[in-house]
Amino acid sequence: MIPKLPFLSKKAPADKSKLFIPGRRDFLKLSSLIGGGFVLGINFQCSGPKGEIVSFAPNAYLSIGSDNTVTIIAHRSEMGTGIRTTLPMIVADELGADWEAVKIQQAVGDEATYGDQNTDGSYSIRMFFEPMRRAGATARHMLVKAAAEEWNVDASGCDTRQGMVVHEASGQKVSFGDLVELLQQMPVPEIENLTLRKLDDYKLVGKSVPIYDVKDITEGKALFGADVDLPGQQIAVILRSPVVGGKIRTYNEENALKVPGVNKVVQISGNGVHPGLNKPLEGLAVIADHTWAAMKGREALEVDWELGENQDYQCATQMEAMIESTLQEGRLRRERGDVKKAFRSGGKTFEKTFRAPYYAHATIEPPTALADYKEDGSIEIWAPTQHPQWARDSVAEALEIDASQVKVNVTLLGGGFGRKSKPDYVVEAALLSKAIEKPVRVQWTREDDIHHDFYHSHSAQRIKASLDADGKLAAWNHHTVFPAIGGTSSADELHPSDGEMGLGCTDFPYDVPNIRIESHEAKAHTRVGWLRSVSNIHHAFAICSMLDEIAEDQGMDPVAYVLSLLGEDRKLAFSEEMKGAYPNYGEAIEEYPWDTARMKKVIERVAQESGWGSAETEGKTLGFAAHKSFLTYVACIVEVAEDESGKLIIPEVHYAVDCGIPVNTDRIRSQFEGGAQFATSLALSSAIQFENGRVIQNNFDGYQIIRMPQAPKKIFTHIIESTEKPTGVGEPPVPPFIPALCNALYKLKGKRIYELPVKEVFA
Amino acid sequence: MSAGFLEIYYIKAPYHKTDAMEKYRLSVNGNTQEVSAPEDMPLLWVIRDLLSLKGTKFGCGQALCGACTVHVDGVATRSCSLPVSAVGDRKITTIEGLSADGNHPLQKAWQKHVVPQCGYCQTGQLMNAAALLKENPNPSETEIEEAMAGNLCRCGTYNRIKDAIRTASKS
Repeated sequence: MIPKLPFLSKKAPADKSKLFIPGRRDFLKLSSLIGGGFVLGINFQCSGPKGEIVSFAPNAYLSIGSDNTVTIIAHRSEMGTGIRTTLPMIVADELGADWEAVKIQQAVGDEATYGDQNTDGSYSIRMFFEPMRRAGATARHMLVKAAAEEWNVDASGCDTRQGMVVHEASGQKVSFGDLVELLQQMPVPEIENLTLRKLDDYKLVGKSVPIYDVKDITEGKALFGADVDLPGQQIAVILRSPVVGGKIRTYNEENALKVPGVNKVVQISGNGVHPGLNKPLEGLAVIADHTWAAMKGREALEVDWELGENQDYQCATQMEAMIESTLQEGRLRRERGDVKKAFRSGGKTFEKTFRAPYYAHATIEPPTALADYKEDGSIEIWAPTQHPQWARDSVAEALEIDASQVKVNVTLLGGGFGRKSKPDYVVEAALLSKAIEKPVRVQWTREDDIHHDFYHSHSAQRIKASLDADGKLAAWNHHTVFPAIGGTSSADELHPSDGEMGLGCTDFPYDVPNIRIESHEAKAHTRVGWLRSVSNIHHAFAICSMLDEIAEDQGMDPVAYVLSLLGEDRKLAFSEEMKGAYPNYGEAIEEYPWDTARMKKVIERVAQESGWGSAETEGKTLGFAAHKSFLTYVACIVEVAEDESGKLIIPEVHYAVDCGIPVNTDRIRSQFEGGAQFATSLALSSAIQFENGRVIQNNFDGYQIIRMPQAPKKIFTHIIESTEKPTGVGEPPVPPFIPALCNALYKLKGKRIYELPVKEVFA
Repeated sequence: MSAGFLEIYYIKAPYHKTDAMEKYRLSVNGNTQEVSAPEDMPLLWVIRDLLSLKGTKFGCGQALCGACTVHVDGVATRSCSLPVSAVGDRKITTIEGLSADGNHPLQKAWQKHVVPQCGYCQTGQLMNAAALLKENPNPSETEIEEAMAGNLCRCGTYNRIKDAIRTASKS
């Protein structure tokens, strides 16, 4: 089973038949899915005795109680982006609810009811801004109509505000709750006929709104994956094959069972050397009364592994082979003009290779899931999952039951970054609960997480570029090679997919007459997955570093150079140049073209705000890069310096972003602040290495992420005011930061950076 | 290593059974609680699994990330690496006991600056920051950075944590 991620799709974006995106028309379809049309009172429980609270739900996303409670469903997972606040906030604003009194309820995994819940790909705002507005507007229209009829006034003179319908002329008011019974008699309006609030009229959208859970989090009351307990539950800690594809030949559980509190050892079967994205690895689960006993029991296991073909895998050897392969002709992925001819014309040539390592997600909350298999063959799950629907389907598949027998409750996620899209750990819990017929929580340790992740691939790239007689960039030949995500599931997937190529490589936007983009083969010897901005990470590193180098050689300011390379204001579609599909993050290119004017605007803005090239930054060391990803335009300027002891510090970072209509400005800023810090780790301190098929790092001592002293001191996010369709900001801050930092480090140290991470800088 | 080579994979030397459960009387958030636990059980798992206080988080098990930070007699301590047998009669405070109703100046400052993203590491960050301010009510930026360096945040909330500590130190 492949998750519905457009950037992984091999199909053209026009084929959205399997992709559930409730736009205006699709939203009607969604509504009809939830029970015979957009009818009144779907979840309506009005037949209770007098005095009982009744509620009214015009659609799956909200309900209004006769006690004035407005409950809004958060159907996307909260992993730190603030989406659990921001989507409900749109509904509330359009509805005119009293935001302080709104209750937010997390949805279970159920696509038929809620639409897409795969919280990934910086999707949520892009996909659900419009449906959330309409969900709120539906109820507002009904409330206004009901009140206007009661008052015998024209509905156009009424509006909603703070949970009340108000008639402006007479000053009459009525609370939402008092109208609930009237709403029961009313038809639900056609979605097409709804008038939405104007952007300027919103009280929450476009503003800075704190997250719903902030108080619970600071008081330790917020529930994460391991915080749900069930009576009689057991805790499982699993010893997994140290090499992907390894099998248990024999094992001895005797000493493990002697550990007080350990009750059972259960084997989990793996799925071969290409195990897929939603299957557990082969392992032995130690099941105990509490976590510590399970951990100690695992230490006492003796296992004779047949490690299989990946036991000879050395990532350093593969890296050299990948670098070597970029010297050959690869698979053609995009072509414009004739680079070979341009290279022969004798202009100045640049040729560089770039290396980046494997990265682990290292969410501070390690994977965990609680499963409760019941006598009737159904199962209930509590898990911190980005993709509850895939978790549900994967559990159903593993247990050979129908998805309707699987209920997936979504807790808060202690970080996700793509790791918790893959439901392997949920399936582990489900299999074990079924095996012992008790509730089981699977608890991964940090070592498990570092050893058995779905890693961001290591990569090699070679870029050859040449100038014409006037010094203008005339040819661009980009080779990229990295084990593809598809290789996790299949031995045949040796090249990056069109989706992975479209992440910052084939969508090269610059006005260069000759372009040739090629990929090469690399086998996956581990589980490769997607990590916050995916292959944009290494592609942006190589491209933006190379452009900086060429600009310098030509004696040009890199900001001015990149602006000039973007050429005339154009909307790019790449169409016939692509050898394969261009998924465009799952959107039609006509709807979301690559707009060079929007990119120029963010570049000009970041240069201006940071004081680039002006007297105020004289003596400071700044680096620049710009990169569009997930349909959001970002430019970044990073300042570096050395303190008295010669240690690197990052005093200031400036970002400019065009993400269309800004929805929750505080959470946009927080994503950029966090993105800069996440990217600092990728650039300077993190790397996963394989020797003999095993990851050699174990914990946060070996796999280092930055700590407070290494974090950029000040991060400014300049948000472009826009009325374009809103796009996401979870991933786009990461890619341009890394080359901007590297370009600044070059100015500081005089050495160009071609390999990540740049470890020595904090020494 | 040649293909087909079979390896005995031990994580550690075989386990030798220790004595069964011991009883411990612990002072947690002002209450005395009795628990039965093996002597080497880290305080973290006593707090989470035996006392069902879930605000203290598991992150690394090796005192490398700070998610499990609690106060032991007021000192910020990584509960994942302190065996229950070593606690004695020292007073343990977890995030649930930091303030009566979430009104510690740091909790207020955390809310004002909307520090959390995913929120998972934040209880450990708060406990560490509370111990810092108790010892040094007006820390400099460098002092904050040094004192908080043991607490990891993967989402990247370090700047807001710093701002919130400064706000609380002024209140």
